[in-house]
Amino acid sequence: MKCRLAGDSLVMLELGATIDPHLHARVVQLAAALSAASLPGVTDVVPAYGTIGIHFQPLVTDLARLQATVQRIDASLPDVPVTGGHLHEIPVYYGGDDGPDLADVAAWASCSEDAVVARHSEVDYRVYVLGFVPGFAYLGTVDPRIAAPRRRVPRELVPAGSVGIAGAQSGIYPSSTPGGWQLIGRTSTVLFDQRRTPGALLAPGDRVRFIPV
Amino acid sequence: MSEMSALRMLRPGLLTTVQDRGRWGHQAVGIAEAGPMDSFSHRLANWLVGNGPEAATLECTLIGPHLEVLCDSTLAVAGAEFELTVDGTHVPMHASWSVRAGQVVAFGRRHQGARAYLAVGGGGVLTPLVFGSRATHLPSGMGGLEGRALRAGDELPVSPCGDAVRRRAGGLVLPSAGRARLRVMPGAEAAWFADTAWRTLTQVSFQVSPRSNRMGYRMEGPPLPLRRHDTMLSEAVARGTVQVPPSGEPILLMADHHTTGGYPRIAHVISADACVAGQLGPGDFVEWVACGADEALEALRTRERALAVQTGGDSAGGDAWAT
Repeated sequence: MKCRLAGDSLVMLELGATIDPHLHARVVQLAAALSAASLPGVTDVVPAYGTIGIHFQPLVTDLARLQATVQRIDASLPDVPVTGGHLHEIPVYYGGDDGPDLADVAAWASCSEDAVVARHSEVDYRVYVLGFVPGFAYLGTVDPRIAAPRRRVPRELVPAGSVGIAGAQSGIYPSSTPGGWQLIGRTSTVLFDQRRTPGALLAPGDRVRFIPV
Repeated sequence: MSEMSALRMLRPGLLTTVQDRGRWGHQAVGIAEAGPMDSFSHRLANWLVGNGPEAATLECTLIGPHLEVLCDSTLAVAGAEFELTVDGTHVPMHASWSVRAGQVVAFGRRHQGARAYLAVGGGGVLTPLVFGSRATHLPSGMGGLEGRALRAGDELPVSPCGDAVRRRAGGLVLPSAGRARLRVMPGAEAAWFADTAWRTLTQVSFQVSPRSNRMGYRMEGPPLPLRRHDTMLSEAVARGTVQVPPSGEPILLMADHHTTGGYPRIAHVISADACVAGQLGPGDFVEWVACGADEALEALRTRERALAVQTGGDSAGGDAWAT
């Protein structure tokens, strides 16, 4: 595991540099253990694909101390199953006004709209990273046959609940924001609610299955 | 409780938001930290009225607000230097003063700096806690008053007047006008850039673009060429990071930045200088100065000592720097 500074208050732990469920399962497990340890001077722990960011207070702790603690905790963790996370079934209205880019994705993929829906909904996705806005989950991996790139011109407003594709990633917009993903459907499932704790429905390591309705 | 502990916004100013030391511990689900752009001045304002480091203040940007105080209060303003009046009578910056119910506090002309912090004695602004913080994060509409900038007519709940504390800060170094030196450590992806890029960054002044906000400052200057053009997987980013998108125009991440990012990072502004960056406005110039990790830590200790000197040793909570 590589340990490097990104400024004087963020340490990056690098477990790998690929999108891989086994690597990611380890990232999620280690990040959860680091959060649970409530380490002095650590203000936030942020897992991503193959890295974990540890935000820290430089007057309280430092790279060497954090590195030693991380190695000790990492060595104590058991192997973890890749499919350990919670499975969420998300009902989706595909196409029409709910999925204005479904036809474009079908054209890009040289297949029917129904085939896009089938290919999008017949695999289970892994929640890799939450970011962009609260509760926005980057899901992998989209069937390469329908992995259309982002729209050239982003929309100024993507409605909340929109389900999109951007290359190998799929995602659900928790709130109305600008966005450039290809929108193929929409769900009424609430992805983020700041009155709830935790606010986000999805967590890193969870799995998502889209159910066409 | 007094029956009406509130501030009423008469004129909101350009961008006035509720801020506390930030929303920490939730970045794993994409909840950003937010908090004051200049945490040093935010802490100083709280100290001047006798508040603890957790109290929320109003961050006032470039054009300050006019507000009516609906209860007897002790107030103070720190940070960017504004002319301040209470019912038309001048009151000082960087000192606390008493106001009576019905009086109007007005921010006038601004002399230097971009952001001032208005603190209310007795515990500060009391908008609801969202994930443990009152800080307004504008991009996600979270915290503060309905997650947005304040408007005319808003009534902000504040703490009932506690024991009046009257304090004044001494030996204050005010933010410089229009130009700042920001010390930077080499970025996490410094090796992705051409050799000339670091030299360019540290030898040429960059200018804060008008297309800047609380999320980040776009910095105008010569291009910073990359020698690696791989796509980066998104990962955690910190405030103070200077990232370079494909356009080549660097962006300095500020208080409302996203929790993750996927652009190569050429440099990181050290924590000690985050508050200096927070006082910059559009058109201001930045000189980036190379700095090592040891020097960054020493600079942060110096900054904390400066706050301790101004506050007579009672530095409003040594753990509050992280905002």
